Amino acid sequence: MIPGNSAKPGRCRGCSTVFGLLLALSFAIFSTAAGAQTLTLVSWGGSYARSVERAWVEPFMEETGITVRVEDYNGGLAQIRAQVETGNVFWDVVDMTTPDAVRGCDEGMLEFIRLEDLPPAPDGTPASEDFPPGSRSECAGGGIVSSTIVAFNNELFPGEKPSTLEDYFDLEKFPGRRGMRRVPVVNLEFALMADGVPLERVYQTLDTDEGVARAFAKLDTIKDQIVFWEAGAQPPQMLADQEVVMTTAYNGRIFNAQILENQPFTIIWDGQVQETSGLVIVLGTPRLEIAEQFLEFISSSESLAAISKYISYSPTRNSANALVSTHLDTGIDMAPHMPAAEQNMRRALNSDWLWWADNRDEMNERFAVWLTR
Amino acid sequence: MSISTDIQIEFIDISKSYDGKTMVLPNLNMSVRSGEFLTLLGPSGSGKTTCLMMLAGFETPTSGEIRVNGESVHKLPPQKRDMGMVFQNYALFPHMTVGQNLSFPLEVRGMAPDERERRVKRALEIVRLEGYGDRRPGQLSGGQQQRVAIARALVFEPGVVLMDEPLGALDRRLREQLQLEIRSIQRELGVTMVYVTHDQQEAMTLSDRIAVFNHGEIQQVAAPETLYEEPAREFVARFVGDNNLLRGTVHSVDGEICKVQVGEGLIEAFMVEPLEVGAQTVLAIRPERVVLSPSMEYSNTVTASVDDMVFQGDHWRVSVTTYDQPEFVVKIPNFIGQGGILPGDRVRVGWTAIDCRALPEENLKAA
Amino acid sequence: MANSLTNRRLRAALLAAPLFVFVSVTFIAPLATMMMRSVYEPVVAESLPETLAALADWDGRELPNEATFRVAGMEFIALNERRALGSVATRVNRLESGMRSTMLGVARELANDPPAGAWREAMIAADEDWAEVSSWLAVRRAGERITPRHYLNALDLDRGAAGEIVAQPEDRRIYVTLLLRTFAISAAITGICLLLAYPVAWLLAHARPSRAGLLLLLVLVPFWTSLLVRTTSWIVLLQNQGVINDLLVALGILAEEQRLSLIYNMTGTIIAMVHVLLPFMILPLYSIMRTIPPRHMQAAASLGGSFWQSFRRVYWPQSLPGVAAGSLLVFIMSIGFYITPALVGGRTGQLISSMIAYHMEQSLNWGLAAALGAILLLLVVLLYLIYSRLVGVDRMSLS
Repeated sequence: MIPGNSAKPGRCRGCSTVFGLLLALSFAIFSTAAGAQTLTLVSWGGSYARSVERAWVEPFMEETGITVRVEDYNGGLAQIRAQVETGNVFWDVVDMTTPDAVRGCDEGMLEFIRLEDLPPAPDGTPASEDFPPGSRSECAGGGIVSSTIVAFNNELFPGEKPSTLEDYFDLEKFPGRRGMRRVPVVNLEFALMADGVPLERVYQTLDTDEGVARAFAKLDTIKDQIVFWEAGAQPPQMLADQEVVMTTAYNGRIFNAQILENQPFTIIWDGQVQETSGLVIVLGTPRLEIAEQFLEFISSSESLAAISKYISYSPTRNSANALVSTHLDTGIDMAPHMPAAEQNMRRALNSDWLWWADNRDEMNERFAVWLTR
Repeated sequence: MSISTDIQIEFIDISKSYDGKTMVLPNLNMSVRSGEFLTLLGPSGSGKTTCLMMLAGFETPTSGEIRVNGESVHKLPPQKRDMGMVFQNYALFPHMTVGQNLSFPLEVRGMAPDERERRVKRALEIVRLEGYGDRRPGQLSGGQQQRVAIARALVFEPGVVLMDEPLGALDRRLREQLQLEIRSIQRELGVTMVYVTHDQQEAMTLSDRIAVFNHGEIQQVAAPETLYEEPAREFVARFVGDNNLLRGTVHSVDGEICKVQVGEGLIEAFMVEPLEVGAQTVLAIRPERVVLSPSMEYSNTVTASVDDMVFQGDHWRVSVTTYDQPEFVVKIPNFIGQGGILPGDRVRVGWTAIDCRALPEENLKAA
Repeated sequence: MANSLTNRRLRAALLAAPLFVFVSVTFIAPLATMMMRSVYEPVVAESLPETLAALADWDGRELPNEATFRVAGMEFIALNERRALGSVATRVNRLESGMRSTMLGVARELANDPPAGAWREAMIAADEDWAEVSSWLAVRRAGERITPRHYLNALDLDRGAAGEIVAQPEDRRIYVTLLLRTFAISAAITGICLLLAYPVAWLLAHARPSRAGLLLLLVLVPFWTSLLVRTTSWIVLLQNQGVINDLLVALGILAEEQRLSLIYNMTGTIIAMVHVLLPFMILPLYSIMRTIPPRHMQAAASLGGSFWQSFRRVYWPQSLPGVAAGSLLVFIMSIGFYITPALVGGRTGQLISSMIAYHMEQSLNWGLAAALGAILLLLVVLLYLIYSRLVGVDRMSLS
């Protein structure tokens, strides 16, 4: 009944979890180790997964002769937990957001990755000095920086166009419905920033009950006009259908719509919230050696920078940023489309994964309550 | 109990077609008298059930008019026609008790509960099912279910009761018993009854009059004995009771009696309607009116060879070949005995002119 | 004689054995595991035995003594070395947000630099949350091996400082609301399905066989269509700029700014779920209606019943088993529905299943998910019992 394409809405996450244990059980009974030289990489679907295949998987397979199978998932730790608990690990390398990686690392589901094992930058800078401090879980290798931004459809604003994060919350100036991801992450930060909280005080404010209440109060001001989305493919669609006038979205998805589909969309970089993700190795995988080989391969500055030939996500290594060149299919210069580009960074918040690791459960609960009110 | 001559139901120039092309009933005229038991008899597909359904209001005539008590009923839906109907498979409501089944028509008429109870009790008495009011139809035998269906059709004292092959599903013994019961109930209550069956025996037992249907046309409407003794059409002669049929040409006519050339012989026969010399005719002779070794007063005698003899309880059934036609049947009452004849013997058989009816020949498909 | 009977029984049991094993492995065992998880949480108790023993005698009003600090600190460090502190900390964090980093932080810091003297001062210096009584209360409560906590939480209740049961603060009450909403929406969906399905089933059951076959095909086509395709069509049809709204505006029934919100809210959930579940109502109804002879309605009419009287007294009661079976099927299925409300439910059209999925998938609080599931199961079973008492199971037919 449920198709397994996570690029579009329609993945039955509930089912997959409910039967997580069962699945693991049946694998334990029936699987005959799917070939020692086949590595399973699990990543998000859609255009990002295709970028991963072209930038990382294909060159790796060419170089080593090791087969890599790419599977899709929608984030979360449930399947990994089931695999680790039953002792039958069939996912080897997983692409994971930093808060999930931190948590999986703490709970002992993931292998530690030592930076000393990763290749140095082209100029010889060791990897341990090449990752921005605090941007990475101890269990994660290289990855990408993505950004949640506000985007709008030019056609709906013939006159003055919105240009700041505040405009997203300003229904009087720019009436119309807003798209928003149905999670508290990023949205609470957006609300506080738009409410005048300076960048460096956002998480301090959220640490207090009043601060959280302030964030929800700001969200309340546009609540009736919000259309929620869940999968990353939805916001560009909603903009194209003119179902909303503005929406929060992943910058890479909007970029693809602009460049590949010629959609008249504009990104408001003001107030962008950056999140990192990285590749992790599931603890107890029988293919640890080739998993480590793969991680090492993709964590080089060159490999990380290669992703940006296909999609506008920044690499996590400082040295890789300098290697970002042009979009492979269209030849566009990628630098101005990157979240880390200087002109896009005037007001940019780094998502505090540690704060979210501590407070996610509570915030999710309060967000759910807020939704039902 | 006498039947009035008042006409209660009239079918006037009724035609019916389901698909707009084939006529099930081309042109039907019929009337039912008040208090009469009229049976529509015919083979399946002869239009008798369609006729009943139009009367009940479940089918609409393509043209023509049905009148009840002088008034057209076209605009009346079934529930307003005041006709009790008994269906082939009873159509009792399985989720209701017998009492509730009987009470339903009274309830929808807004009758007070105590009156309902009285009537239900009375109706159950009529069909001799006192004390069965609390049972469900599923707990009853077929015969009992049929009685309940009859009681239900009577309980609200409708002007007309319609029955559509009500006894078809029962075994022979039970059928005969219920036939008598239905007859006596109808006679007792004096209710007008229109009854559909394909069983001529049943029709005979029950009816004041029988309308014989074939291919959507009424062949003859008459009292049972008239129908038997004086069939007016070849189909009736074939369908009602056994008949020996001989085809021939009218040779000469003398008043109501004519001589008919059959093969090489001449047979004296009674003309049902005037026939001209040279006309084709069918002679119908009842097997029980044929005798072996006839005496001189039998106007028709002929030599026949015995093909077969079967003992059937009350009579011997002797089939002979005569006028080059096999399967000419002679029924000999058992008190006479078969008289020592054997298959292969040659015998003389005879019948009177009055028992030999000359009917106009029809172009009959298989009856 | 007795021997052959035993043999026969044995053979019957053997024949049924594969099914029994299958059901046990695929249904009963996971169910039992989940039920277990809703009350049994051994991880913290097994990981921090000495700390919990020390906390057992603690009065819970002032900070615990130095010995308790010491045992706790040492156990935290030892666990962290085995990479086992994270899952303990996550569980404590559910009772008191922030405890995750409080516990992990102190373990990391003290491991590098074990205190020579007082553990109490050292731990508070590492993270001042250790000076809060509530932190220690959270550790102690997380250490309960068998706990009603998940059930309390699932009913928007909690335990106060003295262990008494109190209502959650208002901004954390959600599950009861969602449960009630789930039941209300499911009832509405069942009702709408019944209203829509009854005439269709009637048509199906009493149409000519050739036409009935075509109709049945139309009923079943949605069954065979992928959910994704259907969802996309709902969006195309129902969204603000969708076909229906465009049509209404074009016809002048609605003004441009009056466009209806038909999707991403409760309306969307109801429309989409009715569509998905309609066949489950139609088929039981159809299978029952086919057994009701059309003659019965004619008989009722000939007895003087108007259409409505005949329908109410004769047809409806006979179709009740189908109504009962279809309603029960649709109701129970909608209570557990997850994917459709998640896709088209927006903010107001979410059911309790979304929270269960969230706790299974995101928060990994399987205990709470299990408790929510158990409550749902219990309510459905209760409902079924009441229902079967009212309708009678023997009169219900699942075709």
